Amino acid sequence: MRATASTPLRLPPLRAPLIFGGLLVLLVVLVVRSLYLQRFDHDFLQEQGSSRYSRAIEVPAHRGRIVDRYGEPLAISTPVKAIWAWPDKVEATPGEMKALADALEMPAASLSQKLASGGDFVYLKRPVAPDVADRIAALRIAGVHDETEYWRYYPSGEVMSQILGFTGDHDIGQEGMELAQQSWLGGRPGTRRVIINRRGDVVEDVASIRAPQEGRDLALAVDSRLQYLAFRELRAAVEANKAKAGALIMLDVKTGEILALANWPAYNPNSRTRAARDRMRNRALTDTFEPGSTLKPFTIAAALESGRVTPTSIVDTSPGTLTIGSATIHDAHREGVLTVEQVIQKSSNVGAAKIALSLPASAMWQTLSDSGFGAPPRTGFPGEVGGRLRPAKSWKPIEQATIAYGHGVSVNLVQLARAYTVFATDGELKPVSLLKLDGPVAGRPAIAPETAREVRRMLEMVVGPGGTAPKAQVAGYRVAGKTGTAHKLEGRAYTDKYVSSFVGFAPVSNPRLIVAVMIDEPSAGQYYGGSIAAPVFSAVMGTALRMLGVPTDAPVSNVVLPPDSAEIGEET
Amino acid sequence: MMRVNLVLLTVLIACALSLVTSRHQARKLFIDLEHEVAQTRAYDVEYGQLQIEQSTWAMPARVERVAREQLRMQLPTPDRVEMLDEGTR
Repeated sequence: MRATASTPLRLPPLRAPLIFGGLLVLLVVLVVRSLYLQRFDHDFLQEQGSSRYSRAIEVPAHRGRIVDRYGEPLAISTPVKAIWAWPDKVEATPGEMKALADALEMPAASLSQKLASGGDFVYLKRPVAPDVADRIAALRIAGVHDETEYWRYYPSGEVMSQILGFTGDHDIGQEGMELAQQSWLGGRPGTRRVIINRRGDVVEDVASIRAPQEGRDLALAVDSRLQYLAFRELRAAVEANKAKAGALIMLDVKTGEILALANWPAYNPNSRTRAARDRMRNRALTDTFEPGSTLKPFTIAAALESGRVTPTSIVDTSPGTLTIGSATIHDAHREGVLTVEQVIQKSSNVGAAKIALSLPASAMWQTLSDSGFGAPPRTGFPGEVGGRLRPAKSWKPIEQATIAYGHGVSVNLVQLARAYTVFATDGELKPVSLLKLDGPVAGRPAIAPETAREVRRMLEMVVGPGGTAPKAQVAGYRVAGKTGTAHKLEGRAYTDKYVSSFVGFAPVSNPRLIVAVMIDEPSAGQYYGGSIAAPVFSAVMGTALRMLGVPTDAPVSNVVLPPDSAEIGEET
Repeated sequence: MMRVNLVLLTVLIACALSLVTSRHQARKLFIDLEHEVAQTRAYDVEYGQLQIEQSTWAMPARVERVAREQLRMQLPTPDRVEMLDEGTR
């Protein structure tokens, strides 16, 4: 101490420059570092900074509803929770496991089985109500999470299952109208960038990255009351006749809207365990069948149009068979000499074939084609088919004869019902629509108004005394229609299985509704369209007309049923 | 000159403070708005669920069952229905 005090301070000669140099180097390092951060790490740091206060959050958009023509909801999306887990990461005490099982309303054993099943991701339960999900979140079990998803509900259940279809994961349409109208119904969630505060509240909107697009509501032409009525009656008929399947469609004559479209068997779209493909099919649009006698009125219309016959021209159908080449056409009952009207009323195959053979094939083809056969009805429904109507040039005489009574052509039920708009109006073929329309639509003229009126009168005779379908009569209303009973084609041969059908409209004085019924393979003894499909038509048509408040055009005592023992003449 | 500067300084400070408060107000209001929007969404969800519930209760199948079984109602037969034609009868 004394030495330092006594001797003058002598610093090592290099000390000051060294320190100065050292500080200078440090300064340069700092400057370079800050330049580096500013210039090269800028983006990264900016991002880190903004991630502390700014968030991109999702703006949810949900799928539009499907409603019926009066706005009754048929399909609604609602958010629910899905509970999922990473099985390897689940750490829970037995008590917590029990609480979790209770909250999920599942046995503890099946819960632990799900968690032991391996894999790195497993849904424990979906859907789960939001309040249940909150209770589970409150348990704070590691490895168990929830997520929000939209779930689609169909209040009408199986009644409308095939029209509506259903949605899959992420609420995207998979079948039916859900699929056909996906771009209209589907919502697209948006994102926006916001500033949040310490507590996580959004305090400022910075920018909208993508605007959300809400799904739009879709109004179908279907009337849910009429749909239920149609479904109930169809189901009862299919079950009573031990049939394989059935379909029923109801059209509004003025607008071509599909007011009801029922199928049986059906499935419950609310259940996520998927039904067999077979039950999902909308048979009325995706399946074709040979229509049988329901096609005869078009043959007669073609003949009337050509001017070769009038409704009272005579056709000799005896002896009840007609041989063309190697093939023979049969009538189920010998009818002898008939007028053209009676060919329809009694549904004579031989009569229809003879009339058809007197026409050029091209004229007959033209009438069928103008009535919408051979082309899809263009409803926009996925999987819709158009049936088969071969060009007239390729017809052999036997084909022309069988096409006259509805064999050798195929149709779907919607197409067949639509074709009858030709007779229900004054010869106009109306377009059909699954979506609600604002008013009457113009059709395309297919046959002359006079021909349409004549055929309409013949079709009314079918349900009258001596016709094939007295069971289609409706109390208080004049109805007209045609039965069909067609052998089913399997491979290349006709079998003893049948498709029974009835297509008709009412009230005849001013037609409002067309109803077409198709029952596939009735196997409880009866199979004629007049005894299987006609009663369904009568029940649905009568109730529907009264529900819609359509004025009656006949006394209520108009129904004249022959005694049960009386034979109802019906052809294939 | 000095006095003018002082006045301007006071005005500046006042402006700055009011900017801070209004900014704060704006954020508070925005938070409220966000809560209301979230509330609207929640109500929308609830409305959807109520619609599902309502249409489940109003399903024609159920209405028919209740009408027939509990209320003992029946469809009038056609001969008990009188159609009115625009007041002519």
